[in-house]
Amino acid sequence: MWRYHDLLPIDEDPKVGLHTGFTPLVHARNLGRALGLNRLYIKNDSVNHPTFSFKDRVVSVAVSKAIEFGFDTIACASTGNLANSVAAHAAEAGLKSYIFVPDGLEAGKILGTVVYGTQLLAVRGSYDDVNRLCSEIGAHHKWAFVNINIRPYYGDGSKSYGYEIAEQLGWRAPDNVIVPVAGSSLITKIWKAFHEFEMLGLIDSVPTKVFAAQATGCSPVTTAIKNGTDMIKPVKPDTIAKSIAIGNPADGYYGVKTANESGGYGEDISDPEIVEAMKLLAETEGIFTETAGGVTVGVTQKLVKQGRIKPDELTVICVTGNGLKTQEALAGCYEKPTVIEPHIDNFEEVFANSMTV
Amino acid sequence: MPVKVRIPTPLMKLTNNQSEVTAEGSTITEIFNNLESQFAGIKERICEDNGAPRRFINIYVNEEDIRFLDGENTTVKEGDEVSIIPAIAGGSGR
Repeated sequence: MWRYHDLLPIDEDPKVGLHTGFTPLVHARNLGRALGLNRLYIKNDSVNHPTFSFKDRVVSVAVSKAIEFGFDTIACASTGNLANSVAAHAAEAGLKSYIFVPDGLEAGKILGTVVYGTQLLAVRGSYDDVNRLCSEIGAHHKWAFVNINIRPYYGDGSKSYGYEIAEQLGWRAPDNVIVPVAGSSLITKIWKAFHEFEMLGLIDSVPTKVFAAQATGCSPVTTAIKNGTDMIKPVKPDTIAKSIAIGNPADGYYGVKTANESGGYGEDISDPEIVEAMKLLAETEGIFTETAGGVTVGVTQKLVKQGRIKPDELTVICVTGNGLKTQEALAGCYEKPTVIEPHIDNFEEVFANSMTV
Repeated sequence: MPVKVRIPTPLMKLTNNQSEVTAEGSTITEIFNNLESQFAGIKERICEDNGAPRRFINIYVNEEDIRFLDGENTTVKEGDEVSIIPAIAGGSGR
């Protein structure tokens, strides 16, 4: 992503995350057939370096900036992906880090944080409780809270996701982009990125409709869009899509504005629909995304059925996190594999009885 | 009834650099009016002209967002703690 260094808000060379970004833009023909879309792409940040989510983009910018500012401690409030990335990049930078997460996070997100040698605290409550606490902690400690006091730099790291979509499409913005919405930062930055490219003459125009995707169990932004208001009514999150379970989204107002100004919309799906969409993406494209990716795939399906996305439009689904981190979401979906003896007869017996069904 | 109010850093220059102050009142609105009488100019930083909290200001009573309670009509009693926390949003302009 550092090919876009000049468009990112750091003054010196990046200090961490030199290998972040430029993840695959996958031409999703199989999923497209399943959804009835002829020109469907997936921007796949589930394989981002080094911690397998789009948060590596924001953190590499935020930590580089924090070093420029002279901070020696990095901190964050996180639903998990940010925690992983902050811990990893702080380790790379040789800085101390403090990470605050809601209790009840997926085991993979916890292990994928502590392994980097950070200080992790689980706070009783939801992300919104964690974030409020961190705002108060930030007033008493001179730490770089990536999503609080240096949030503007963190936020602009997300622009690289939009730049890459446009470049990988052959220097053009798509007709539709479906974005997972938590705090609403990413959705505004993708839109901003396309407009910066237009301003710089790198693309001709921005025809893009930006669609906000949430889980019904935490949908303050899509609810506001549907209700035609820009007043976000906070909610208490209740969904398996924990990575986007923010009930009081800091940038929610801007998220609504982005969807509306672009001519897009907001839609949400239930937890069972999220699981079905995760499986659909895996079975059609061989991409195992986390719950938030299930949200964008499932919401896209819904928007196609509603006629808001047309079959021949150039459509990009944002997949921003990795399914191996949220395995609990699929608990109970699959039986344990059949165990066979290492004999060909045993295999043939099982094969004949079950696997051909 | 005195209530403890936590003041965010950006507003501390209005409270003589105190991060915690005491205010009197039985509702959030009364607390804000009392704060204004102690620290002139603070209310307009927190509230719109109609008295509702500004869009990017979150108000909590004992850790609960007042939007889940009774908004600015939420009642407070002695010993309660009120936190005023601005949301950090946005970034550089487009």
